[in-house]
Amino acid sequence: MLNSSREERFSIVTTIVNILIIVLISTGVLFSAVTALGLVRLPDVYTRTHAASKSSTLGVLAILFGTFLHFWLVEGIFNTQMVIAIVFLFITAPVGGHLIGRAAYISGIKVADETVRDDLGPAVKKKKKRFASKKPADE
Amino acid sequence: MKTNDVMLKTATKVVTFIILMFAVHIFFAGHYTPGGGFIGGLLTTSAIVLLMLAFGIDTVKKILPINYVVLSAVGLLIAIATASASIVFDVPFFTHAYDYFDLPLFGETSLHSALLFDVGVYLVVVGVTMTIIQTIGEDE
Repeated sequence: MLNSSREERFSIVTTIVNILIIVLISTGVLFSAVTALGLVRLPDVYTRTHAASKSSTLGVLAILFGTFLHFWLVEGIFNTQMVIAIVFLFITAPVGGHLIGRAAYISGIKVADETVRDDLGPAVKKKKKRFASKKPADE
Repeated sequence: MKTNDVMLKTATKVVTFIILMFAVHIFFAGHYTPGGGFIGGLLTTSAIVLLMLAFGIDTVKKILPINYVVLSAVGLLIAIATASASIVFDVPFFTHAYDYFDLPLFGETSLHSALLFDVGVYLVVVGVTMTIIQTIGEDE
């Protein structure tokens, strides 16, 4: 490194940065493809939200981070909107998946046949019963 | 059936501030980069709608006691006032002006009177969209 000329060192850094960016964006694309595959292959809505909320979050985050690094290290633009987008998606995507799963369960969509354990079932049943018995008293 | 939605409420408390800050950023960035009053207003509306989804329309009415019809009227008045202010300086209607000012925190900044017009657009967009959403949401 020390004996090499300035252009050579610059090109080494550029190569490392480019490899990092390529690896990040390829990981993101791979995870997005896995998400799509999971949405097609998995049996019920809960396993599908599991696939959609987790792997797509990581995929999009990796793509955004790769793009951010490209604009920062290659083009010299520090894009704060990209950082905000990463933080925002990291907060909102799992919450969205949670809400979809919960709404599906409470509206009575059946779990897949392979399911061995269902802890939420009795709790929701009890709450629905209490709600049904309370409703006539309110009116 | 009322269910436990603590996840949505907690996430909303954090996310609303990010959306509002981003709306302000988009609003002020509108002169040199994509953005401006229209999408700034839409982003603000989306933050308020998220609050309504998480906490209910009555709670949001209590914490933001704004009459949105009046808000859009104020926005229209600001827009027409900035447009007609040019008449005072004996130039055609809607002529804008800008100059460089030495602000204490920002350094030398160019301030443009189109920003005031954009404030009007912002208020009209927030007012109209919130009026539409409140009118639809309250109807029972």
